[in-house]
Formats: sequence, structure tokens, C-alpha cells
Amino acid sequence: MTMLTDFGYILLFIIAAIVFVAVILFLAKLIRPNRPNEEKLTTYESGEEPDGNANVRFNIRFYVVALIFILFDVEIIFLFPWATVFGNKRLIAETDGLWGWFSLVEMFVFVGVLLIGLAYAWIKGHLDWVRPEVKTTEYESKIPTSLYDKINQKYSQ
Amino acid sequence: MIPFVFIAFIVLTVISACVVLWSNNVLYAAFSLLLTFFGIAALYVLVGADFIAITQLLVYVGGILVLLLFGVMLTNQNGNKENGKNDIIGTNTNRLIGFAVAFGLFALLFFTFAKANFVNIQSNLFESIETFSTTQNIGVLLMTDFVLPFEVSGVLLMATLIGAAYLSSKTKV
Repeated sequence: MTMLTDFGYILLFIIAAIVFVAVILFLAKLIRPNRPNEEKLTTYESGEEPDGNANVRFNIRFYVVALIFILFDVEIIFLFPWATVFGNKRLIAETDGLWGWFSLVEMFVFVGVLLIGLAYAWIKGHLDWVRPEVKTTEYESKIPTSLYDKINQKYSQ
Repeated sequence: MIPFVFIAFIVLTVISACVVLWSNNVLYAAFSLLLTFFGIAALYVLVGADFIAITQLLVYVGGILVLLLFGVMLTNQNGNKENGKNDIIGTNTNRLIGFAVAFGLFALLFFTFAKANFVNIQSNLFESIETFSTTQNIGVLLMTDFVLPFEVSGVLLMATLIGAAYLSSKTKV
């Protein structure tokens, strides 16, 4: 089995996915009644009336998450060729099982080193969500809160 | 069969690259870039570089493009409630420098490839590409000859992770 044949299957899956979506959408268009009104055409925003556009600036916190994602994405590149061979029966038989254990330990060391980095970022609080600071005033009122409670009690009956 | 697939992917790559160049809408350009990366990955498969193709798919299509879209969304200054449209429209600036850089890169690559000797490949184009998978060889070599560089690259990735998290954090501890 050559490599191109294997990738041919992947191409067939991609084509099948595109065709499937296109056919389903076309069939739905044929069957469904088409009576749009303004309420139906507005953006669905969890039942709220949409206010303004969706084009707002995101929180900068997402950028750290994206960067960490890219790093683990690169790690996957190393995991991928390892995953195709570490359980190879011929290689394990030739080395009396040493191959499997050795490659497994090496990969655990590799992933562990990266987990140390993640743990560092976590403990140092780089992954924490930045909350907006709540502004408290320095002003202290001369009227004691018990007076407010009395007023509340008086008018709540 | 294979030449048709090859030409189809070339057309896909070129057209989506042209959309990236000519579209003013940043999101359209970003999604066309996705198709460009995908087409290039398919071309890598067709020249027999399956591992590079999967790297292209995982890192560029899956990662770099997400980061690119995040960059657009994070630095977007135009979001206001008066404008009802969601489009992010870019503008063309520094066209001359852009053309100069693009032409320079093209000339560099063109002359490099023109000097290379492709006669052996050209003589049996499309027949010689029935190659076998390279990924397993890479996996065996990573675990045997290159196990130390492999672990060192893990340390490098860790350093990058810590550096990225440190640089983008507000509170410097």
C-alpha cells in the first residue's frame, strides 16, 4: 500500500464531507417553507435583542491561551511520528521489548518537560483571568448604617 | 487521475492566494489563507512529503491561522455600536515596498530553482511519485539516533512557553 493511496482515502473523505453538507443543505432548501421576516433574520444572541455589532476587541487573555495552544500543537508534531512506530511489533520483538519501554519513557520525559512549563505558567498566574478592578471609594459616611436599616424597616411594612 | 488532482489543488492554491491578495475584508482573506495552506499541504502529499504535509495541516491550518485571527480580533479598534456591519475592512498601504519585497522573494526562489537540476524528476513526472510513507522512518530515527536533539527541543519548547506567558502577562512577577 503506497502513501498516495492512503492519502487518496483522506481526499475521498474530504470530498464526501463537502458533498454530504451540500446535499443536505440543498434538500433542506427544497423541503422547508421560506417565509422570512425581520425577527427571524436578526442575529440570535441568547434571546437578547442584538445591540451593535459583533466586531469588538477581545480580551488580551485569549492570546496567552492561543500561544500555549500553538506550543502544544508543535508538540503534537513530535508525538505523531512516534505514535506510528512505538507499538511496532517487529521492532519490539527484535529488541526483546526494550524498544517499547524506551520510546515510552522518552516520550513521557518530553511531555513532562513541557508540563513543567505549563505548571510554571499556571502557578505564576499567567493563565488567570484578569478581572477588572473594583473601585472602592475612600469616603466614609458620617451617617451610621443603622439609620438606613430603620428607614427600610419603617417603609417596608 | 493523479495529474488531475494535482492540477485541481494547484488551481485551488492559486485562486485562494489571489483572494488573500485582493480581498479587503480581513476575515475573507484569513479564510482564503486557510484554503491556500490546505492546498499547499495537498501538494506536499503529491510530491511524497507526507510528514511535512501533516505538519502543514496541524501547525499552519490548525494553529498559525487561529493565532492570526486572534491577532485581528485582539487588535481591532473599529468595533463600535453605530456601525451595524461586522466586516473588518483593511486598507492598502506601502504598496511599493510590498511589490519590491514580493518581487525580490520571487526572483530569489526562481533563480534558486532554475539552477537546480530537475531533469531526473521531469523525465518521469507523475510516475515517480508512488513513494512510501516517511513518517515511520522519522519516528524510528527520533527515538534512536536523534533522541537527544528530540529531548532538547522539548526543553526549547518549554522555554518558549514560559517566555510567551511571561511576556504577555500584565503583572511582571
